[in-house]
Amino acid sequence: MVKLIIDNKEIEAEEGKNLLQACLDNNIYIPNLCYLHGMDNPPASCRMCFVEIEGEHKPVTSCTVRVKDGMVVKTDTPDIRQLQRTALQLLLSVHDVDCAHCPANKKCELQRIAKFLKVGLKPKRLELLLKEPEIDDEHPLLDYYPNRCVLCGKCIHVCKTKLGQPLLAFARRGFYTTISFYGEKPASDLNSSCKNCLACVEICPVSAITLKNDSDQIAEA
Amino acid sequence: MNLASNENPDQLFSAIYEEAKRRRNAFKEADVPKIHIGMATCGIASGAIETKNAFETVLAERKIEARIHTVGCIGHCYAEPVVIIDNPGFPPIFYHQVTPGKAKMLVKYFLEKGDPLFEHLLGAMEENDLIPAVTDFPRFRQEKRVVMEKCGLIDPEDIYDYIAEGGYLTLVKALKLPPEDIITEVKNAGLRGRGGAGFPTGKKWELARTAKGQQKIVICNADEGDPGAYMDRTILESNPHLVLEGIAICAYAVGARKAVVYVRAEYPLAVKMVAKAIEQAKDLGLLGKRILGSSFDLEIELFRGSGAFVCGEETALIQSIEGNRGMPIHRPPYPVQNGLEGQPTVINNVKTLASIPHILDKGATLYRETGTEKSPGTAIFSVVGDVVHPGLVEIPMGVSLRTLIFDICGGIPNKKDFKAVQIGGPSGGCLPADFLDTPIDFDSLTQAGAMMGSGGMVVMDEDTCMVDVPRYFLDFTQNESCGKCTFCRIGTRHLLNILERITRGEGHEGDLEQLEHLSEEIKKGSLCGLGKTAPNPIITSLMYFYDEYEAHIKEKRCPAGMCRPLTAYYIDLDKCARGCDACVGSCPVEAIFTTSNRKKGVDQSLCVKCGECVVACPPEYNAVMKVSPPDLAPIVERPVDD
Repeated sequence: MVKLIIDNKEIEAEEGKNLLQACLDNNIYIPNLCYLHGMDNPPASCRMCFVEIEGEHKPVTSCTVRVKDGMVVKTDTPDIRQLQRTALQLLLSVHDVDCAHCPANKKCELQRIAKFLKVGLKPKRLELLLKEPEIDDEHPLLDYYPNRCVLCGKCIHVCKTKLGQPLLAFARRGFYTTISFYGEKPASDLNSSCKNCLACVEICPVSAITLKNDSDQIAEA
Repeated sequence: MNLASNENPDQLFSAIYEEAKRRRNAFKEADVPKIHIGMATCGIASGAIETKNAFETVLAERKIEARIHTVGCIGHCYAEPVVIIDNPGFPPIFYHQVTPGKAKMLVKYFLEKGDPLFEHLLGAMEENDLIPAVTDFPRFRQEKRVVMEKCGLIDPEDIYDYIAEGGYLTLVKALKLPPEDIITEVKNAGLRGRGGAGFPTGKKWELARTAKGQQKIVICNADEGDPGAYMDRTILESNPHLVLEGIAICAYAVGARKAVVYVRAEYPLAVKMVAKAIEQAKDLGLLGKRILGSSFDLEIELFRGSGAFVCGEETALIQSIEGNRGMPIHRPPYPVQNGLEGQPTVINNVKTLASIPHILDKGATLYRETGTEKSPGTAIFSVVGDVVHPGLVEIPMGVSLRTLIFDICGGIPNKKDFKAVQIGGPSGGCLPADFLDTPIDFDSLTQAGAMMGSGGMVVMDEDTCMVDVPRYFLDFTQNESCGKCTFCRIGTRHLLNILERITRGEGHEGDLEQLEHLSEEIKKGSLCGLGKTAPNPIITSLMYFYDEYEAHIKEKRCPAGMCRPLTAYYIDLDKCARGCDACVGSCPVEAIFTTSNRKKGVDQSLCVKCGECVVACPPEYNAVMKVSPPDLAPIVERPVDD
């Protein structure tokens, strides 16, 4: 075990433990979207979990840092908060904010982070950019909502963990990057390879993947 | 991995070298003309294949014996197709823009009758009494060719051509040195990575050598993707063995037995040349198992990238080789600790590796005589855009931008003014005329707000809109963003949308603050170098051309007259000639009509602002005017009975 100081509070953690995890375990919340407990190499793609570490001249993502003895970390500086707010505002600028009709309502990570960072859900300064079509219904069992998705990649990660070879992948580039159900195989193939385990549906922090025509049920489940 | 062998690399190599010399002498001493034709991609694109065919046909027709020697690119893009003729009794002569017709004339007059056709030659390749030498031109005089020394002079498909010029001799020398000594020499030379960031190469090698790992790997990064940049392609196409020799020395120094050349598949000729070079080197025992009888093994593989710009980023490049989507991953760990297949991996740019044989051959001290204290050696730029002599230029570090653009590349064509130069591609910055005396080296360019980059340089004249330029680069980076991280994926999209709005004349108050704010946040927040540097063109253009942005937003005016929605064409009725119809036929949308006094007018509601009428209007009238903002154009009514 090593000792480190986070926001002026001394905590203990196993040496080499993920810093983000160490903070979360000690009830120090750092906004995050793409990190999952136990990941060896977190993707560090949501760019939310920034912290300042003494000795580093720039904010760093806490999910990519391993704790060391004597580390001094700050999670709540104005610089960090501004960066986190910008990241959230960027995500919300491509998000179809329609919470009342979204199965993730009240358990949505974006709502939680917005509340924590005191950011309104409707972007004021940035133009709202939504993608077409609203729903990708190629999958025989699941629907995908690109305008809810934050591209955290958790669905790909859990699918990979379950099946070895994930049936989901990132597709396209730049702004048009999306989650795609694998390849150009006919949907019937997916039907047989997808074990209908719903791990992707359950892990999604924003209900971007739902059971077909069944989103209300999931909301109640 | 010290040399533990009783065989002597010198002895084994000397047989190869003798064979190369024999071939070279046989070629040189043959009493027939030699025709060297530049056949790299740029030459071929300009018609070098047709030129070569023309030479062959005419030589056969007229029964003249001559040797055709296909070579790589000499870097003088403005002069392609380039042919150098070495006719006995004359110095070798450089001919430019040799079309098939010119090729026929050269055979008829020069080879048959001994008239070198002074009107078509650029100069002699060496000093002589007969013909002015090319070294009289600033382009040739001020260049310092280290990496590109043999480019355009040797046949890239013939390993003996390279060996006859001293090729692979440095590898032989290296094999006799302890690897640590090689690293020390590279460190002493102060070589910095030519891929853009300028990381000290020797230090990288040392980190790899001392890193723990079962095996080590060297990757040559030839995933060149900056718009308008083609340095790496040209080197691979013109002298692939130089790069292979650099890779072999690097591998020996860091203790690697495997190397990968990562070339983008859009470079088919470079791929072909490298593949052929690897085969040839293997056949002669210069690659493969027990190189030249030593205990050093090296396999070099060729990997064809699918062309994503982001795969030039080293972690994305590794992902791509491993068969994954080319998305960067967080560093550290750096590839030099944990890279391809989890092994310590050195990733160096083509130009970096191509500098190695020279450094080891001449020594660190001599290498340092070129360039500056902190940026020793030479820099290679592909200078394109509004310059008289575009092309590949290798100059000593520390030369000023002014010398490069105005002396070496001949300045701005058509008597126009210089406006800006974009250095470092989409990650670099635009520098205005005030910075023309900035020396070209890693630190000075970074200080000015641009960056060295890998060698792309776009020169822009007065007609370039400095809002449209960053818009172009953001369009590129947004398309090439891998989409992984929030800031780059969404942030650059917003930047692009704002810039597009401004160039359409729909910018509004707060846009510039928004651009500045987002740019700073994207720089801080992005995962990889692509995102971190993507806002640079905006940041520098805002810094140096703020008034142009303001003109677009506040006055709806494009000072350069480039943004179509902000410009209009009209016909000056005082200049327009009665009865002349030149412009009418040129207009693709029939926006030009005849006025009641038989002059011409432009229907602004139909005009698409293509500018064809400007070209069509005879120069003695020069009656078509372009204005910005568009409401400056006088309204000419179309006659009712038209």
